[in-house]
Amino acid sequence: MKAARVLACVIVVAVCALSLCANWLAPGGYAKQFREAPGAPPSREHLLGTDEVGRDRFARVLYGTRISLLLAPAAALVSTALAALVGGLAGYLGGIWLKVARAFTDLFLSLPWLFLLITVRALLPLNVSPLSSVLITFLILGLLGWAASARVLSTSANTLRNSDFVLQARASGAHGPRLFLIHVLPNLKPVLYAQFWISIPVFILSEANLGVLGLGVAEPLPSWGSLLRELEGMLSFREEPWRLVPLGLLIVVLTSFQLLLEKEEVTA
Amino acid sequence: MIGRRTKFHFVMCFALLCCVGSIATNAWAQNGGDLRFCVRSEPKTFDPLLVDDDSSLSIRYLTGGVLARVNRHTQELEPELAESWKVSPDSKQITFKLRHGVHFSDGTPFAADDVAFTVQRLMDPALHSNTGDAFRSGSGAVTTKVIAPDQIAITFPAPVVGLDRMFDEVAIMSAHSAKKEGAVLGPFMVAEYKPGSSVRLERNPYYWKKDAQGRRLPYLDSIHIDIQGNRDVEMLRFKRGEIDLINVIDTDYFDRLASSSPQLVHDAGPSLDSDFMWFNEVGNAPIPEYKRAWFGSVNFRRAISEAINRDDLARIVYNGHAQPAVGPISPANKFWFNSHLKAEAHNPQGALERLKADGFHMQNGTLVDKSGNQVEFSIVTNAGSKARERMSVLIQEDLGKIGIKVNLVPLDFPSLIERITHTFNYEAAMLGFRNIDLDPNGQMNIWLSSASNHAWNPEQKSPATAWEAEIDKLMREQASTADLKKRKQAFDRVQEIVYEQAPLIYLINQNALSAVSTSVAGASPGILYPQTFWNAERLTLNGTTTAKR
Amino acid sequence: MLGRIARHIASIAALVLIGGLLSATLVRMAPGFDSDERELDPSLNAESVHALRAEHAGENNILAFYSAYLRGAMHGELGVSHSLGQPVSRLLGERWPVTVRVAGIGLLLGWVAAALLAFVGCLWQRPLYHIFGGALSGAFLCIPAAVLALASVILNAPGYLAIAFIVFPKIYRYSRNLLGKSYALPHITAARARGVGEMRILICHVLPIAGPQLIALAGITVSLALGASIPVESLCGLPGIGQLAWQAALSRDLPLLVNLTVLVTLVTLLANSGADVMICMTRPRQG
Repeated sequence: MKAARVLACVIVVAVCALSLCANWLAPGGYAKQFREAPGAPPSREHLLGTDEVGRDRFARVLYGTRISLLLAPAAALVSTALAALVGGLAGYLGGIWLKVARAFTDLFLSLPWLFLLITVRALLPLNVSPLSSVLITFLILGLLGWAASARVLSTSANTLRNSDFVLQARASGAHGPRLFLIHVLPNLKPVLYAQFWISIPVFILSEANLGVLGLGVAEPLPSWGSLLRELEGMLSFREEPWRLVPLGLLIVVLTSFQLLLEKEEVTA
Repeated sequence: MIGRRTKFHFVMCFALLCCVGSIATNAWAQNGGDLRFCVRSEPKTFDPLLVDDDSSLSIRYLTGGVLARVNRHTQELEPELAESWKVSPDSKQITFKLRHGVHFSDGTPFAADDVAFTVQRLMDPALHSNTGDAFRSGSGAVTTKVIAPDQIAITFPAPVVGLDRMFDEVAIMSAHSAKKEGAVLGPFMVAEYKPGSSVRLERNPYYWKKDAQGRRLPYLDSIHIDIQGNRDVEMLRFKRGEIDLINVIDTDYFDRLASSSPQLVHDAGPSLDSDFMWFNEVGNAPIPEYKRAWFGSVNFRRAISEAINRDDLARIVYNGHAQPAVGPISPANKFWFNSHLKAEAHNPQGALERLKADGFHMQNGTLVDKSGNQVEFSIVTNAGSKARERMSVLIQEDLGKIGIKVNLVPLDFPSLIERITHTFNYEAAMLGFRNIDLDPNGQMNIWLSSASNHAWNPEQKSPATAWEAEIDKLMREQASTADLKKRKQAFDRVQEIVYEQAPLIYLINQNALSAVSTSVAGASPGILYPQTFWNAERLTLNGTTTAKR
Repeated sequence: MLGRIARHIASIAALVLIGGLLSATLVRMAPGFDSDERELDPSLNAESVHALRAEHAGENNILAFYSAYLRGAMHGELGVSHSLGQPVSRLLGERWPVTVRVAGIGLLLGWVAAALLAFVGCLWQRPLYHIFGGALSGAFLCIPAAVLALASVILNAPGYLAIAFIVFPKIYRYSRNLLGKSYALPHITAARARGVGEMRILICHVLPIAGPQLIALAGITVSLALGASIPVESLCGLPGIGQLAWQAALSRDLPLLVNLTVLVTLVTLLANSGADVMICMTRPRQG
């Protein structure tokens, strides 16, 4: 197991390092269009071939990694923190708080947020830079993605609230924020980890889907999401298997993340 | 019990018998089969006079009977329910002599009062029918006069040019049938509609047309139209043989099919459709004053037009299945196209010259205007169109080469429409125009400065520029005479002005690409809508596939 | 007891009403609300274009629209869809069975697969198995829902399989973590050491701890499955609620969208309160 974790660590570090060295590894940049070779298969010049307008896919994967690997976990952190705050606190406080929070999350889960996103795009100026557009998008995703796990967390926290060790802690003088932070929150970890880990790919994909609304990463900036969406037009994966590389890479990184995250649970 | 294998053998034998029969007598083909294809959205209406979307249009084409029809192959007008017609010299009146012995699909006889009823309903201003609006050239009521049961005169308050051809769009409804729009005169009738999933058409047993051997058309028993918005799924089902044709196929799929089975795909050459972009020139649009000044300058617009590499757009985005566009009329529209004009050549140097004339200059690799504002603008386009997204990426780089920064903003369609028609909160937009009308009169609401579809600056009280005033004058001129030569002259000049002023920057005319399964006999895909099934009544299905289903 | 149930029903009704109003407001505020694709048709003249724009006039005041809608709903009138021109009640009536079947079977399959995989993982603590589970669920998380739906079309697989694969990784991850945590508790290690059977450990020791959270998870997976049914139904050509919702969103069909939100809110609330009731029933009484 330890070996696996070391390997996971190496993979994550290597991917980060590669993406940071994108300037040297792919000197052509992510936007340069090799117009003589659109949709080309892998070659010495283009390790993963080129996309439909002739941009080097390898460069796009490297640069896309930078954005997605940084921002998706950040957004996942925001949503996990919100879930912990709303769900954990409501469950811990119980009573009317729990009822209100549950009603709120239920409502939140069923509203058509698509229209909020469309409105947000309308409020932004048209000439927003690609980077701020992607920052805003991930922020919104982080702010909207907490409700489902908050619902589970409220149940966990509510169970904990009545558990022996919390009663014991309370009896021995711990109360308020301290009790919540030290005794309740750590016990919510399984759900929080799951929320964090699931949110990363979900947000990466959502970002690409929001491109339809004029949000997300704007052309020519690449992101993992837009690379994954390339798969949608493929009717046969046998024809151009190299287009699966971004997907494979994301799965490997995600699995490595999971190994690094949950060491105590695994070793248990 | 018949085993599975036996049954299979049985089917095979049956198919074989059919084949043999077909070679021997060629008679089997007359008996039916179920043609299948997909439309991309839910049909919004079955009322033939209110049709405004592709799916409803397809259904109207297959079910509706018209007085005269434009032959999709020869582009000539041919008699259908009317045996003959006469347009008065002032283009205000048309008199139809109707065919005898024709019945609606429910058996009600067809007569002149049905035509009167249809025209009156069509021209009712409260109906807001786009088909009806096309006939409206002046204010006042339309009068219909039934001269005899087989003869009718329709009089319009003002001259309508190309009057007879416009009846290609008017599906005649029954004045008396209780089934209302369910009673049709076309080769097929709607038998079943499953919302969200499919529409099934059955052959109209009363259809009047017969083939040369005297057999009643259509040959097909039924047409099954699946509602499938996703083109990947459509392609997949075509490859599997679950559907028989794809009316408009994406370039990527076209090439993939062409490489594996070239007999299935058809490239009918440039279509009437075009893609173009334009700049927002609305006077009170919420954009900075200096940008409005750029967009209002012909030098700026022409420079952008010159900086775009249209050959690359056609070659990379459409894989060569497109031609650089010249202007509002596609070269495919042989009569109306102004053949003196050539597509704007890619010329970044020339573009920079033009920009310099307006005081623009380069500063550290970026273009700035005479007051020092960096040249940057956004292009809005509808999301989901792969071709348009790719074109915009290429244009972004083309313009980057002359120091212009372009931001691409794909928007969902309702948001886009709101920006370009209500709030005017956009800088440049890119859209496609799907033209089904050969006559330039169909573009009246684009070119008149007072029209709502005058994209760059709609609904002007009086023309904002001299050249828009000239276009207004020419468009009205061509609409007021029936003299084709004069009309052509006027519209040639409109095309020249549009070329010189570039209010709409035409990019490419895509080719009409379609795919038809080898099981369909008699198909002859063309460039006019509906490309593959315009002769649906004469299409036949191969026996083997019929048996397979 | 009766009073509690009545209060509960009242609160659900209130939430559903609020949900409907909020969604109507969201739709109304979103751009493109009163624009119509047909406005771009050059054969329409100015009067017709203005008439098109005026069509939505009755919905401009959202409160007036909503109260009119509620009054209609009292009499069983749910309004008429703009985009499809059919009564909403008929549209919903025709389509809900499809979604219930597709999302229901998909959800069930997703749960069975995820729970099985998670349970085996807890019993059979091999690092390789753990990595395999992580990679498998990770893979399904990373593949866009549209690709999964398309794959099911390519393979001629039923649509519910795509839904199962979309919800599976989420269920697996939560339940794996929850079960893992419970199995790691000292008294279970102790029970194992004493030779208590695995089945007995699961039923008597693990489920009482992880159970409530798993039931809560079951509640929220209903809304996950409903969300997944949108791309799946659209691509697989299944005429269900998800496909309808997508059409309604694209055409800003307010009457249809409000009804859909009310329906989704109702289902979400019922699923979650059902879960809450089950938790209350299974939880040992505490003094």
